[in-house]
This record gives sequence, structure tokens and C-alpha cells, in this order.
Amino acid sequence: MISNLDYATLQQLWWIICSIVGALFLFLTFVQGGQTLLWQVAKTELEKSLVVTSLGRKWEMPFTTLVLFGGALFASFPKFYATSFGGAYWVWMLILFSFIIQAVSYEYRKKPDNVLGSTVYELFLFINGSVGVLLIGAAVGTFYTGSNFTLDLYNKVTWDYTLLGINLRGLEAAFSLFNLSLGIFLVFNARVLGTLYLLNSIDLSSTPDLESRLRKCTLRNFLIALPFLLYVLISILFMKGFSVDDAGIVSLVSYKYLSTLLALPHLLIMLLAGVLLVVYGVFTASFKGSDKGSDKGIWFSGFGTVFVGLVVLMLPAFNNTAFYPSKLDLQSSLTIYNASSSMYTLTVMTYVAIGIPIVLGYVIYVWKLMDSKKLTKDEVTNEESY
Amino acid sequence: MDIDLSMVNWARAQFAFTAMYHWIFVPLTLGLSFLCAFFESIYVRTGNKEWLNLTKFWMTLFGINFAIGVATGIILEFQFGTNWSNYSWIVGDIFGAPLAIEGIFAFFLEATFFAVMFFGWNRVSKKFHLFSTWMVAVGSNLSAIWILVANGWMQNPVGMLFNPETARFEMHNFAEVVFNPVAVSKFVHTSSSGFLFASLFVLTISSWFLIKGRHLQMAKRSIIVASVFGLLASSYVAFTGDEAAYEVAQKQPMKLAAIEGLYKGETRAPIVAAGILNPSKQPGDDQDPFLVEVKIPWALSLLANRSLDSFVPGIDDLVYGNKEQGIESVASKIAKGKKAINDLAEFKQARKENNNQKAELALAQFKKNQDYIGYGYLDKPEEAVPPIAIPYYSFHIMVALGTFFPLLFAAFLFYSLKGTIAEKKWLLPLGLISGLLGLIAQESGWVVAEVGRQPWAIYGLLPVKISTTNLAAVNVQITFFMFFAVFTLLLAAEIKIMLKQISIGPKEEL
Repeated sequence: MISNLDYATLQQLWWIICSIVGALFLFLTFVQGGQTLLWQVAKTELEKSLVVTSLGRKWEMPFTTLVLFGGALFASFPKFYATSFGGAYWVWMLILFSFIIQAVSYEYRKKPDNVLGSTVYELFLFINGSVGVLLIGAAVGTFYTGSNFTLDLYNKVTWDYTLLGINLRGLEAAFSLFNLSLGIFLVFNARVLGTLYLLNSIDLSSTPDLESRLRKCTLRNFLIALPFLLYVLISILFMKGFSVDDAGIVSLVSYKYLSTLLALPHLLIMLLAGVLLVVYGVFTASFKGSDKGSDKGIWFSGFGTVFVGLVVLMLPAFNNTAFYPSKLDLQSSLTIYNASSSMYTLTVMTYVAIGIPIVLGYVIYVWKLMDSKKLTKDEVTNEESY
Repeated sequence: MDIDLSMVNWARAQFAFTAMYHWIFVPLTLGLSFLCAFFESIYVRTGNKEWLNLTKFWMTLFGINFAIGVATGIILEFQFGTNWSNYSWIVGDIFGAPLAIEGIFAFFLEATFFAVMFFGWNRVSKKFHLFSTWMVAVGSNLSAIWILVANGWMQNPVGMLFNPETARFEMHNFAEVVFNPVAVSKFVHTSSSGFLFASLFVLTISSWFLIKGRHLQMAKRSIIVASVFGLLASSYVAFTGDEAAYEVAQKQPMKLAAIEGLYKGETRAPIVAAGILNPSKQPGDDQDPFLVEVKIPWALSLLANRSLDSFVPGIDDLVYGNKEQGIESVASKIAKGKKAINDLAEFKQARKENNNQKAELALAQFKKNQDYIGYGYLDKPEEAVPPIAIPYYSFHIMVALGTFFPLLFAAFLFYSLKGTIAEKKWLLPLGLISGLLGLIAQESGWVVAEVGRQPWAIYGLLPVKISTTNLAAVNVQITFFMFFAVFTLLLAAEIKIMLKQISIGPKEEL
């Protein structure tokens, strides 16, 4: 069946697969969000240990998903991989740095003789959760606002944005209010997800203060995130988009993304459902007290984030739109049709992708098995903990 | 095209540096994960708590090592995009696939079961915990398969065609890419060398305990398991090393000539068992390549071609050609390559102008020389020669150590079975330094493979200098030093933490 798929279908399918991976990553940034909350919600060593251990059991999930996101883009859209990573050099380098320092921090933070001291490792975790997520948001924002590159006849990328004579190589993404807003929204959304995850994962009966701080934080961070989300969504509705005509010519078209939402109503429905789910998740944690079900918010807000993430990633790619547009040279812009791998590679990778549900299956099974009991005070004091 | 050579070299240095750092930790993960699985299997079978403590001790060290392995790994995947974006575009169609597959199948297996391995002792059943430990080992080694499929393809590009429309290589046979003989021999050689290295690591720490007179029972038990595993692994390393050398001889004759310091090809060529290179020797001159050397007659012909009477080409034959042996000179390949580059440019221009007739003509011309396109970017024939001394000495160090290790494991196993290992004061110091020797052998192997590949990113097709991102050198210099600082700091932390955990030692049953 897969071998009968035409090239355009495969290209669309692979953009959807990459978007799903990216959207799942955004859900999993509850780890990053939780990292930025550590100093704020955990006041005692026990509380800290509960928070770090709870997050530490999941830290590899967003990390691995990010690596897979990169790998999947490399395999399926190599021109994007080459153009964006090679072009917007500094954005990606800083994102990577924030993940490098995260990877050791859980394991090393409380180990004796760790050279840097636990506060530095906690700072590493904070940087990963704040700067890392912010820059990822800004990078995704350029799918809408465009970047400063040109491609030559051989598709070699030239990046050209200088400030005081220095080529910023992608850092200028942070000068756009839209990109920044998307980044800030993701940071605070990750913090909301972080509180919801911790409420779900930790047995808070012995630490009521931690619980009340977490619940307060949920609402507060959501209220901070909301205006940024609204700004991003409203901008998307009104902004010009990078439209591609039948001859492959890219031009700026008014209300492009709005027209895509109307042309592809399932995206619109997904977006609305996503936002509502996020809100409902926050509501369960903030207004239900400690009732039954008040710790399930992570699932609503988490899947809400997945839906919103899917729309954010798919909207600039479908309906004849360039998903990685160039502001400098519109015709250098990348579409899912001119940036993809060959049909053969996409077909092979689609066969490979049949394995993804199996992977998801065991990830979910093990997750449920490991989280069937909440993390207790006894566990972090007597057993393996971070 | 203007090529900023200093950027290439900084990017090279950055890749070499980050890969070699990563390579300190990965082989240990490959082997230690299996050793942990062995230890835990014995615990589950016997129910003996001491084996549980022993397992947990080695797992703690595994975890410390694993974290920094992950930290240093992420940058490698993305570096292809950041520093080598031209490479990523030209071969991403083929090279990206194994990296994505590694992510899907290997990394999630490791990540999911790693959490169970460390935190699942009281959350899942004993058997499921054991299963998880095994899955971490399987996942780590699965990861090695895919990354070596990608690396094997760089050494021996197969299963692809050049598409002149896009001016890039595209996959046309996935099975050929996966079952590339170079990739297969690389995987078996690399993973078994990882098992060997991890076994040496266990010997090192256990020897230290024996020397200090601490945790004697645990150390002796660890030594027995590690010696058996190490002995099996080292015979496998030797066997697969021979296979790997054969593949190099067949697919990368220049690399073989470099690692053997062979300038003039010979029939019944000898192997240099040991020797000091003549530093002033240049390709094409008449100087003796060696100041001192010890040779094993006929051995290189046997190793390279499985035939004593066969001809093994030297650097001079490969650079300047050898009509008798039917070897084309690099100068001739460069001329053809330059022609291919021009024809491709004409083809692209004609396409841009929608001049189909001109395009067809240019394409027909291009196809005549397309296999040489990579050579067209070389400035002079001697550029096709990798640096000789680095791969030569690395190779000989690796082989010498690889010969020593099985003897060491055999000695440890023999005295362990006799029950006198703790008394062998001459052997324990050797065990103590063996981990370091193992690390040297590991890194040497990587150097042989990758420095010997120069000047090519894709062997014979794409030179490294054409693979880079169009990026000012200063960017790569800054990130180089950033990596240098961060990785060095993390390594210092890793070593100190590891030493502390070793000095704390395993929990003892009272």
C-alpha cells in the first residue's frame, strides 16, 4: 500500500509525522517547565528532591523526542535541515547547549564530589527550561515570519542579517515580537504543564505547602501565557503569508493563514479544541481543590498542547504555503515539496514509521507501569532518587 | 566558489573533538549495559542479595557514564546541519535515514527502560526489571548499528545514484545501504570492542578493590564475569578487525596504504609490525618511508586480498597511477572530475534557461565523468592522500593493545578460577591501568577510521572541504571553545563523581 502512495502524499505525510513528533515534544516540555519551577515551588530539601526526582524519571523523554525531531527532519526534509541548522546557526547552537547541560544535571546534581555544586546544576536545568524553550519557540516562529537566507543554484545557504557588522546567523529571530511571543508562550505553557505533571506524579499528602504552591503556580503561569498565545493566534489570523502558486512562485498574500484555517477546517477545530483542553486542565488544578480528578490536568493540558502544537506546525506548511520562508529572497523559500527527500527515501521511511506505534505502545505501557503509584516521601529518602 | 579553508579545519577539529569526547563514554555504555544485565541475571537466578548489590554498584557507574554520553551525543547529530550543511543537503537523502531510525528504535528503547532500570526496583516485578536492563543494553547496541550504517556509508557509499537535477545523491536501494559490508564489519568490530573496553573498566575498578583489600568478594565475582565477557569479546574483536581491514583494503585502498605506511605497492607485501616513519618522506620521492621497521613477510597481501601472491597498491601507485596494475592516476581523475563539474554547471544553467536541448547535451557529457565529480574539487593529486602518521601510529597502537588484552583477560580468568587472583601482585597493577589502555585503543580505532578517510567526507565522491556550511570561521571557533569548556568541565565532574562512587563502593550485606 505504501509503495502506491504518490510523491506529494508522502511529502505531506512526512510533514504530518514531523509535526506530531514536534507537538509531542511540546507536551513533554513539562519537564523543562518543571525545571524552571524548582526554586519557586520547592522550599525544603525534601520538596526539591521530590520535584527533581519526579522530573528526573522523565527527562530523557523530551530530550529523545527532540533528537528524533531533528533526525526525522534530516531524513525527510534535508534541505530544511541544511538550510535552517546551517543558516540559523546560533539559535540552534544555543538550544543544543541548553540540552547538553541538562543531560548531566539530574544525574550529577546530588552526587558527592560533583565539582560544580548542586546550585549550578539547578541553574543548568533552569537555563534549559527557559532559554532553551524560548529559542525553540522563536525558531518555530520563523516558519511564519521568515528568515534571512538565500539559496544558490546548488542550494548552498547564505545567511545575511548583520548588526554592527556581525552576521547574527538566526539570533535576529528574537527581534520579532511574534517569534518572541511564541517563545514566551511556550516557556509559560511548559511551566503550566510542569505544575500539572508534578501534581499528578507526586504524593503530596506529606507536603501540603508544595501542593498549594503548585496549584497557585498553575493558574498564575497560565494567565501570563495567555496574552502571548492570544497575540500569536491573532497575528496569525491577520498576517500576510508566504503563498506558493502553481508555478512554484512564492509571494506574500494577505490573510494567508486565515484562509488556510478556513480551507482546512479540521485544523481550526483542532486549534480550538487544543486551547479549550489546555484551559480545562488548568481549571481542574486550580479550582477543584484537592478533589478527585484535580491531579489529571496534565492529560487535558498536555493533549491540548499537542493539538495546538500540531496546528502551529502544520498551518505554515499546507495549502500551498512555504513553511520555511526567506524574507531576503522569496524564491529561496522552502516548501514541503521542494525541501523533501526523494520519493524512494520517503517511501522507505514510511515503512519504517510503521514501527512508531509499537514504540509509542511500549513507552505508554512503561509510563503507566512506573507511574501507577505516586512518588512518595519515603521513596526519595530511602531509595534511588535525584 | 570561495572556500574558507580555516573554517573547514575548525569544523573538522570541532567534529573530531566532540566525537572523540563522545567516544570516551559510548563504548563503555555498549559493554557495561550488557555486564549489568549479566550481573542482574545472576541475581534473579540465584536470589543472592550480594549479586543485587554488585549489580546496583555497576549500574550507578553506568548511569554516571550514560548521562555524559547522552550530553555529548546530541551535538553530533545536529553538527551535520550546523557545520556541514552542504553535506547534509547533498547526502541527506541517504544519511538522514539511519539517524532517524536510530532515534525511533534505539533511543526510545534506551530512554524508556533506563528509567525502569534506575527507579523501577520497587515499582515493577523482578523479572520486568531484568527485562528492562536487557532492553537498555539492546537499545544501546541498536543505536550503534544505525550510526555505523551511516558511518559505513561514508566510507563505502553504496545504494545511491547522483541526481543531476538536484545535484545531490539520492538513495535507490535501502537494503544495500543497511547491509553495506563495511557497515556490517564496522558494527561487529565496534560493538565487540565496546564490550572489551567495558570489561577492562570492570577489571580496573575490581583490581583497585583487590589492591586496597576492600570488597573482595564483589571484586572477584565482577572479575570472573568481566574476564569471560572480555575474552570472548577480544577474540571477536580480533576476528572482526581482520574483516574490517579486508574491507578497507577492498574499498579504501588509500586508507590501507596510509595505515601501513606503504608508498610503493608490492606483490607479496609485508606488514609492518612496528616501525618509526620517516617524517620527511613525501609521496613520489625516493626516500625510505621508515627510519626503523620490523616486517612480517607476505602478511599484508594475505590480509588485504586473502592471497599471498596479490598486489597491494601503495600511496604512489594510487596517486600517480600504475598502468601495469590498471590503477588510474589522481591527476587523470581530477581532470575528469573538473569536466563533470563544468558539465553539471552547464546542465543547471540550461535548465534554468529552459533550454532542454542544451541541457540534454550537457547531461550526456556529465554522465561520462560523473563518478569522478568529487575529484574535480581537489587542487592537486597529493591532496588525495590522508595524513599518514596519525592513522599509521593509531593503527599500530590499536593492534598492539588488541593483542595484549586477550592475554590479560586470560590471566585474570585463570587466576580467578584458581582462587589466587588477589595474591597476584604483578597482575593487579596491569588490571588497574587496563581501562586507560582500553580507552587509548578505542580512540585510536576511531582515528584510524576517520583520519584515514580524509580528504573525503563521502569516500571518493565528496571532499570534506566541499561539505561545509557557508559560515565565517569565527562562529565555529567560538562554538569549538564553548564545547571545549563545557565538555571538559563535565568530564572533570564525571571523573570526580565516578571516583567518589568507586571509593564508596557497593553496599555490603552484613
